[in-house]
Amino acid sequence: MCTYLTSTTALEGASKGAQGWFRLTSAMAYFDHPYHSPHEHTLNIDFLNEDEGPAARVAVELTADSARALVRCIEDALAAAGPAATSPLPERGST
Amino acid sequence: MYAGLSADEIRITGHDGDEIPAYLAQPNGEGPFPGVVVIHHMPGWDEPTTEIANRFAAHGYLAIAPNLHHRDAPGAAPDDAAAASRAAGGVPDDRLVGDAAGAVAFLRALPECNGKVGVIGYCSGGRQAFLVGCSLNVDAAVDCYGAFVVGQPPEGMNMRPILHLAENLQCPLLGLFGLDDQFPSPEQVDELEAELKRLGKSYEFHRYEGAGHAFFNTGRDSYRAGAAADGWQRIFTFFGRNLAS
Repeated sequence: MCTYLTSTTALEGASKGAQGWFRLTSAMAYFDHPYHSPHEHTLNIDFLNEDEGPAARVAVELTADSARALVRCIEDALAAAGPAATSPLPERGST
Repeated sequence: MYAGLSADEIRITGHDGDEIPAYLAQPNGEGPFPGVVVIHHMPGWDEPTTEIANRFAAHGYLAIAPNLHHRDAPGAAPDDAAAASRAAGGVPDDRLVGDAAGAVAFLRALPECNGKVGVIGYCSGGRQAFLVGCSLNVDAAVDCYGAFVVGQPPEGMNMRPILHLAENLQCPLLGLFGLDDQFPSPEQVDELEAELKRLGKSYEFHRYEGAGHAFFNTGRDSYRAGAAADGWQRIFTFFGRNLAS
């Protein structure tokens, strides 16, 4: 399978990559071939700062069930924080 | 099999006269050797791609694998460049054809080359190998489970349907597919075959039971030893027949 399907969103935050910490501007997620994982397909997430070049990237390759578990984990963490866990998303580039 | 080979990163002139990196693997000896252009998969110009080129060199082929993601992220690591290429909508078809043309011309200009050049691609590269076979003067093409030769690519990607280009196919085509694959699905492979048959093209398709996408890839769970072993034999027989001096 080679889906080519890619979902992207604007983000605000920070991530630590090979060159240290950098500001995040976006992320893309796609269920397709991984680069490193031995699985045939994984849910891949790239956390990016396009302004700082292609190396400003943190890559994650998760099995489908792992990705769903992560989604639940994030939702649980946000729900537990209640009203404090709100902030406006940046306007750029969400699709 | 050739006992020795050499390999290195070189620069070639690609689409629009741009200089792009390429991996060149050559068997030792004076030749003459046929040439093969290896088109990498969507995860990029990576180690499995260079291993494929080395394998062709070990079997007596001049093998070149251009870095098709170079312009999306010059100088970046292959995985970062692959992500940048995906974010940009993938490799545009016209750029791919231009870069492949540069790789073909480079091989044919080598004094060791017998003048015959084939093209092979895996995954997204399978579609691109078909595209090259329909667009350039090459002597043989191998499509390994290329998706979206048939069918509409997703929105946002720099691709267009290319089944209609089949009438321009000027070289023999070898197609290797897994019956458990959904991109391309068995029905899409059947549709491609029906069109090639209708047009009277020279083609040879093999479909493998128990194999899905990327069954050649030894680093993935998708690897299927039986299908891969048979597939490699088919490839060398096909290229041996069509690229001999």
